[in-house]
Amino acid sequence: MPARSRFILAVVVLGLLMTGPFLLTAALIWAETEGAGRDALLQTIAPHLPLGTLITAAGYALGVVVVRNLFRQYVQGFERLGEQLRLMLGTNRNFRVEPSGPPEVRAVISVANELAQQRDVMMDDVEAQIERAKARVEEEKNRLAALMSELTQSVVVCNLDGRILLYNNRARAQFRALSEAPGVAGGGELIGLGRSIYTVFERNLIAHALETIQQRLRRHAVQPVSNFVTTTRSGQLIRVQMSPVLSAPEAPAEGGEGGEGSERVATGFILLLDNITRDFESESRRDQMIHTLTEGNRASLANVRAAAEMLDYPDLQGELRERFSKVIRDEVQSMSARLDGAATEFADALKSRWPLEDMLGADLVAAAQRRIETLLGLPTKEDEVDPCLWIKVDSFSLLQALTYLASRLSDEFEVREVRFRLSGSGRLVHLDLIWSGQAMSTETVMSWELEPMRIAGENSPLAVRDVIDRHGGEMWLEREKVRHRAFFRILLPAAVPREELDLGAGFKSESRPEYYDFDLFSWADRAHALDDRLLAELAYTVFDTETTGLNPSEGDEIVQIGATRVLNGKLLRQESFEQLVDPRRPMPRPASEITGITPDMLRGQPPIEKVLPAFHAFAADTVLVAHNAAFDMRFLQLKEGITGLAFDQPVIDTLLLSAVVHPNQESHSLDAIAQRFGLTNDGRHTALADAVVTAEVLIKLIPLLAERGIRTLRDAREAAEKTYYARLKY
Amino acid sequence: MTKKILIVDDEQNIVISLEFLMKREGYEVSIAGDGEEAVARIRREEPDLVLLDVMMPRKSGFEVCQEIKSDPALKAVRILMLTAKGRDTEVAKGLAMGADAYMTKPFSTKELVEKVRAMLSER
Repeated sequence: MPARSRFILAVVVLGLLMTGPFLLTAALIWAETEGAGRDALLQTIAPHLPLGTLITAAGYALGVVVVRNLFRQYVQGFERLGEQLRLMLGTNRNFRVEPSGPPEVRAVISVANELAQQRDVMMDDVEAQIERAKARVEEEKNRLAALMSELTQSVVVCNLDGRILLYNNRARAQFRALSEAPGVAGGGELIGLGRSIYTVFERNLIAHALETIQQRLRRHAVQPVSNFVTTTRSGQLIRVQMSPVLSAPEAPAEGGEGGEGSERVATGFILLLDNITRDFESESRRDQMIHTLTEGNRASLANVRAAAEMLDYPDLQGELRERFSKVIRDEVQSMSARLDGAATEFADALKSRWPLEDMLGADLVAAAQRRIETLLGLPTKEDEVDPCLWIKVDSFSLLQALTYLASRLSDEFEVREVRFRLSGSGRLVHLDLIWSGQAMSTETVMSWELEPMRIAGENSPLAVRDVIDRHGGEMWLEREKVRHRAFFRILLPAAVPREELDLGAGFKSESRPEYYDFDLFSWADRAHALDDRLLAELAYTVFDTETTGLNPSEGDEIVQIGATRVLNGKLLRQESFEQLVDPRRPMPRPASEITGITPDMLRGQPPIEKVLPAFHAFAADTVLVAHNAAFDMRFLQLKEGITGLAFDQPVIDTLLLSAVVHPNQESHSLDAIAQRFGLTNDGRHTALADAVVTAEVLIKLIPLLAERGIRTLRDAREAAEKTYYARLKY
Repeated sequence: MTKKILIVDDEQNIVISLEFLMKREGYEVSIAGDGEEAVARIRREEPDLVLLDVMMPRKSGFEVCQEIKSDPALKAVRILMLTAKGRDTEVAKGLAMGADAYMTKPFSTKELVEKVRAMLSER
């Protein structure tokens, strides 16, 4: 029975107790007396009746007050106490109930607090042990994460459903390059734990590759992998190698292969990604060149040959003979021109196939300086090194050659210092090794070039000439008479500056990013709708908006969206979204003061039509969560008309769920809830900071809801609808 | 009766040689500089043999060949394709389009003359 009904019952019973005995006695006396006695009785009592009623009423009122006080102090007090104790039991261990109310209640509170203290001591002990065990697991995980992030290849692991459960840094950077909205979402809408790989690759492509792998598995192929090349929506060419993640064999297999009995099943797949757009381009340039040199020259050759053969005819007259000679001259000339054109245009493609790497020229110079100084003890200096030049080099052999030249200069010409100069010249880069003093003879240079290199006990089978040839380069000696200097000039092929994959951006440095979530392996197919899914295993986008005011219908606009993700009960802090939005209206001063967002910060930011599509993609396939969600959703829904994007996924409101869990607490503001749950807010009220706190609240709420039997998304929605707060209009 | 030969090529430098060569062999020679002109001349002059280049402006040799061969009235016209496209896939395409013979540039003029002679005496 609810407390309120019990209180009403108690008041009624009190009333009955106070009036009942008197009325009963009066009725009995009335029944016993007769005639004149009754009249006498009436006359005696009637004048005193108002007094009696007054006294009874006063007594009753006093009684109600006493009962109400007792009720407040004990029943309601205990009810509140119960909620607080539950808080102390589960969510916030450090919470202690302030002693209040009558002495008995105070006594219970202090005993409860002591019990909690005792429990904490024991739990601390257990936790310390768990902590140690966890640390060991964590260490292994870190090792895996470190290994993954060091890989120069992009790795993405998915479950059979196509959900990403592991990716490395490189993959993240590559996906950023694939993003269609790199400025806003930064690829975060493409890669993220629990996200679908099918937003990047076509479902059929993956399905086909998986089928190939399954077939190979059935045939017990040694390497059940599948390769394919695909273009992404942004036009990049990606080569993918897919290999299966196999379930552990049931029986320990004898020898290397699993026997017939232990059929290994793929539970997911690993994708190794390689962006080959650039390779492909150079490959097709090479093809183009071969085409120009073969097909292009056929016609000319035919003309020359035919004309030349005509010249053999003895009956050819003077004028005609001259015409055929002219044909030959013209065609030979145009063939030469074509050859020259091809040679210059395709110079890169014509280079030897020796694997050269792209390197920043300044890095090579620095490495050469270090090597010469440590190996030879010869001081070095930089002399105008262009910091933006990239070269194609085999850095090991080139460093050997430079060191070798320096060592001979030092040994045979007593050079005390060498300098480096690096300058660009079209598709070539000049690398100069300069020294002061006399220059040697051409013969000496020749011998230095052609003798196998020996430096400080290191013997190389290569000569400097070989190294130069390997780069398709050239080398010569030049004199600067005026400055009394000489230098070796080495010509090296320039490389197109590579857009460096920015590996660091987007990460919060203080926390190690979550790269993997192997719990996703156990995710079932999405056969059942979201409604029946457990709250604990859903993917959430938790977001918050900052606005110019409270009334979107009166022209208030969003100025910032912040969002983060929660997956399998874990906060994915580094997979976050934060973007200022140009509201295209003045930012009112009070709004600036609350949000800390000044009009200056909003200048030049993208408008809402640019930001919402990126946020829509970021939130795709997840449940939306916000504190006081109705407010944020109104702003989003009012923009549906402009963007054509509907946020039609399920929405969860942490304010309502908090009211479900703690119906007797006064405040359900985000700050109050955070305080109850012992969550530290870093004090900032930016959209992202609030979204992160909301996400942490959500994570705390999920087990508390489960205690109340609220386990699925449907349960949560129904419970939220019933709360008092849900009936308020925002 | 002298046989008529049409030389179709947009490159003047080969046309000179071919014209000289064919005239020397005693054939009656006319010249077309692109695919469209070639089709028009073939319809008007009904040559016994066409020396047809493949890569030409407006209409390629393949198209000319297909058009001529699909017209029963021009059945008697023989086509010898001369082309700088040396890949066997292209040779196959030329023959499929109905060319009677195919020679890849650069060719020997002696062989060309022999080929022309053989093709004209086939009937």
